[in-house]
Amino acid sequence: MAGSTPASAIASGAGAARARGVSPWAEAWQRFRRHKLAVAGLAVLLVMVAMVAFGPMLWKVSINEIDFGARLKTPTFAHPFGTDDLGQDVFARMLYGGRISLSVGLAAMLMAMFVGVSIGAIAGISRGAVDAALMWLTDLFLSLPQLPLLLILIYLFRETLKQAFGPEVGVFILIVLVIGGFRWMPVARLVRAQFFSLREKEFVEAARALGASVPRQVVRHILPNSLGPVIVAGTIDVAAAIIAESTLSFLGLGFPPDIPTWGRILFDSKEYLDIAPHWALFPGTAIFLAVLCINFVGDGLRDALDPRKVL
Amino acid sequence: MGHYLLRRLLIAVPSLLGISVVLFTVLALAPGDPFGEMTLNPNVPPEVAANLRHQFGLDDPIWLRYFHWLFAMFKGDWGFSFISRVDVDKLILGRLPVTLAVIGASQILALLIALPVGIYSAARPYSWFDRIASTLAFVGFSLPTFFTGLLLILLFSIKLDWLPFVFRADLAATGLDWWGQMIRQSIMPVLVLGLFQGASWTRYVRSAMLDVVRLDYVTTARSKGLPEHAVIMKHVVRNALIPVVTLVALTMPQVFGGAIVTEQIFRVPGIGSLLIDAILRNDTPVIMSVTFVFSCLVIVFNLIADLLYGWLDPRISYR
Repeated sequence: MAGSTPASAIASGAGAARARGVSPWAEAWQRFRRHKLAVAGLAVLLVMVAMVAFGPMLWKVSINEIDFGARLKTPTFAHPFGTDDLGQDVFARMLYGGRISLSVGLAAMLMAMFVGVSIGAIAGISRGAVDAALMWLTDLFLSLPQLPLLLILIYLFRETLKQAFGPEVGVFILIVLVIGGFRWMPVARLVRAQFFSLREKEFVEAARALGASVPRQVVRHILPNSLGPVIVAGTIDVAAAIIAESTLSFLGLGFPPDIPTWGRILFDSKEYLDIAPHWALFPGTAIFLAVLCINFVGDGLRDALDPRKVL
Repeated sequence: MGHYLLRRLLIAVPSLLGISVVLFTVLALAPGDPFGEMTLNPNVPPEVAANLRHQFGLDDPIWLRYFHWLFAMFKGDWGFSFISRVDVDKLILGRLPVTLAVIGASQILALLIALPVGIYSAARPYSWFDRIASTLAFVGFSLPTFFTGLLLILLFSIKLDWLPFVFRADLAATGLDWWGQMIRQSIMPVLVLGLFQGASWTRYVRSAMLDVVRLDYVTTARSKGLPEHAVIMKHVVRNALIPVVTLVALTMPQVFGGAIVTEQIFRVPGIGSLLIDAILRNDTPVIMSVTFVFSCLVIVFNLIADLLYGWLDPRISYR
């Protein structure tokens, strides 16, 4: 990862681009486009998002209609991805479950970004004891065994939240909170490192000399300039959160069976691997494809936005 | 080196205490009173339940309970499993070797992949080898471990019928035959974990190498007329490994996560599958202890990384 190089102070080529009258975003897009796999990843990802967003409206097969006459059927025209042990249409279930899988990824990423940017910014702008305490907390979280704790938290709090918000929303909130709560540490470190170099820059000093308050310095001047690497980390985090949710569902500790996220379909299918491999292959491939595309997009964004890039 | 080790150990102690506080607080604050499993049994009369609660100190303030628990853990009194009625420490000790063996073997496999591939890629950046290796590495760490596991089972156990897909601890064979069967049934779990780690480490090694290759002292070494392989192996690799060791240590919690999933897929009787079973059956003492053991393992591996760090970079030891 590019995090191995110290944050360099030189933003490469930004000044030259400005002179030609190209906005930084247009320039970033130019650089992103050069990464062919990232563009391909973005295209596939958009197709997947469109499918789960609009698919259930077009593919009007019920996700939980039980048909024992069509148990464990291999893919046909009536059931493009085959059927499961209850004769339910795997394609319809994946379209519906994909919404949840992908939105868990997004929501958990937003949560991780929010916590990470806040803690990193507070640590980066205040020196001394606050910084030390927050970094100790970050290191502590980094050395926690994440999956066991995720499992424990979900085991302990699932029932309460289910009763409070209903099974779907309750488990969703819990999983997003828990995954987001364990993924903010790299972001916090990144933001803090950026703040350390940025807050000594002339333009921040100028703002300070003009009498800008500390929150204004942070929000208007420092934060926007530190966002590049954060966006890259956020993209990768979506992939990690999707994997985390699928892992929980795969272990039988995520969403309940009536909410067929991709990981949950895999969990249900693994006992039938010998007679109905298609049932496991489709959701597994979907997870893999989503994660792969997001990782490629993240790599392209790193080329486009991260001035510390190694390549 | 001795001082350095001592200081590192002293830093590890507060982290362990911090983790134990987090763990205990989570369990104590959780709804449903997970510590009081026995006293919630409807067959137990209320006054007996109250007595039991009192006897186990469940009505004490939370900080007092934490210290009781901490001292008990220190003395090796880890309680007994609600389900199997066996002492937790015996249960864990019986299963820990399998987990450590699987994780150890897979880490070695990962290193055997990541070091040569990463070094060779960085020595010829943007060559065909580098492009193919980088793309494969991307695919490798985008494949979730549970899906790789299922794919391997599908290929090697169901289609080809070469390898058993259930890991058995009670093999009937002895001697050489036992080792043969053990290795055969360990291939898939080790492959799943090793390939995943190998893929992400390859990227770390490559990018760390590329960082170092640009430095002036490497140019100096080249202009002295040293052969390329001597420059790469003697001058670049050792320095490039320093950030890699840190990143590897940071990904250790992820490795244990992967190990839990892998153990669950292949039914490997390690502490990961013990944890899942315990969670599915509300066996609180086992859950607590296994998670604590995982935390200790993470910290031990961080310590090992620190020691390696000191060896790779002598400047650190003298600080």
